[in-house]
Amino acid sequence: MANDPTHQFQISKIVPIEIGGMDFSFTNASLFMVATVACAAGFLYFATSQRGLIPGRAQSVAEMSYEFIAGMLREGAGSSGMKFFPMVFTLFMFILTANLLGMFPYFFTVTSQIVVTFALSLFVIGTVLVYGFYKHGFHFLNVFIPSGVPGVLLPLVVAIEIISFLSRPISLSVRLFANMLAGHITLKVFSGFVASLGALGALGIGGAILPLIMTVALTGLEFLVAFLQAYVFAVLTCMYLNDAVHPGGH
Amino acid sequence: MFVTSAFAQTAPEATETLEAPGTVPAGEVHTETGVAHDDAHATGPFPPFDATTYPSQLLWLVITFGLFYLLMQKVLVPRLGSILEQRHDRIAQDLDEASRSKAEADAAVATYERELADARAKAGAIGETAREAAKSKAAADRAAIEAELGQKLKAAEARIGEIKAQAFAQVGAIAEETASAIVDQLIGSKASADDIKAAVAAASPKEA
Repeated sequence: MANDPTHQFQISKIVPIEIGGMDFSFTNASLFMVATVACAAGFLYFATSQRGLIPGRAQSVAEMSYEFIAGMLREGAGSSGMKFFPMVFTLFMFILTANLLGMFPYFFTVTSQIVVTFALSLFVIGTVLVYGFYKHGFHFLNVFIPSGVPGVLLPLVVAIEIISFLSRPISLSVRLFANMLAGHITLKVFSGFVASLGALGALGIGGAILPLIMTVALTGLEFLVAFLQAYVFAVLTCMYLNDAVHPGGH
Repeated sequence: MFVTSAFAQTAPEATETLEAPGTVPAGEVHTETGVAHDDAHATGPFPPFDATTYPSQLLWLVITFGLFYLLMQKVLVPRLGSILEQRHDRIAQDLDEASRSKAEADAAVATYERELADARAKAGAIGETAREAAKSKAAADRAAIEAELGQKLKAAEARIGEIKAQAFAQVGAIAEETASAIVDQLIGSKASADDIKAAVAAASPKEA
């Protein structure tokens, strides 16, 4: 069981709570969601508590992340998209912190659960839809009609645009989920090789060096993926929000 | 599944003699379901696709993410924004001050250059006037000296003329005296002064 690579995604109840026949228990997943928020918010809060004109190391990191996301959003959705900054920044910090926390051995990875990533991407698409219709009314449907397309091709193009729009929440959530899941499984499998080969005696220990090197390399790669996936999620969020702010602007 | 089926087969056998088939003691059921539960986790649905965990995950995601979002919107983003804006303002202010100082320095340099040029021009003018004054004074002095010299020369000439005239006048008297003495010696008698005078005047050149 210890070598089962999917065991790390197992959800176990810590405080069982049941409301109306539904299981709302406080689980290890809930615990790490709380930990994620505590780490991210705590870091940003204490890093900026000095309010230094000349930033310290921690404040520099906090400011850098702020300006990173602000620049990304301004580039992706224009200055009128800046009203969504708290949302994009929250998403980015939440996913990044959850991904990085998941890199600790024995820690649970919140973003390796499809329901979590799907809920986050539905939040993004829902915001795009609600804001788009609220701000532009039916004019928002222009998002499905690219300009400069000949009339004959229009039905086909509109159909493709609608399908691509509908597949956005799926691709957005599956990308993050699958990356985190696959990375953690791969890590677990290779580190499992190290353990099981190491148990075979001297020859096994010699043979365990290869998967050990692999594990070390993969750990580095996973840190990159942890950041990259948070970045990709934020960039795509900015792109989708651009549709809500400027429908038919592409 | 293998463990479960094996256990399921042995459990009824153990209880068959005591209980009627179908009514299984609570303890046995508990054990059996407990084993089956553990086993189902190992080989059952892949954990992320286990829909029974979804309500709990969604609820806690909404709670934690919502809280994080509120914190971000109310506290963290305004705070970070104000820090950055403050710094931005400060930098802009400092840049303004620097450019103003530079303008001031440029103005000071320009003033200095202008004053220097003025001073140079003034110095040149002063030198020029001094030179002119010296030149004119020298010319005046020379003119004065020349005039004085001319005057002296004239006076000297006048005096020479006077002396010459006097001498010429005395030459007449000497000639008369000499003539009277000569006449006296020659003829032994005094000639009249008027005769001698007339004779000398007749003998001496007209212009003298």
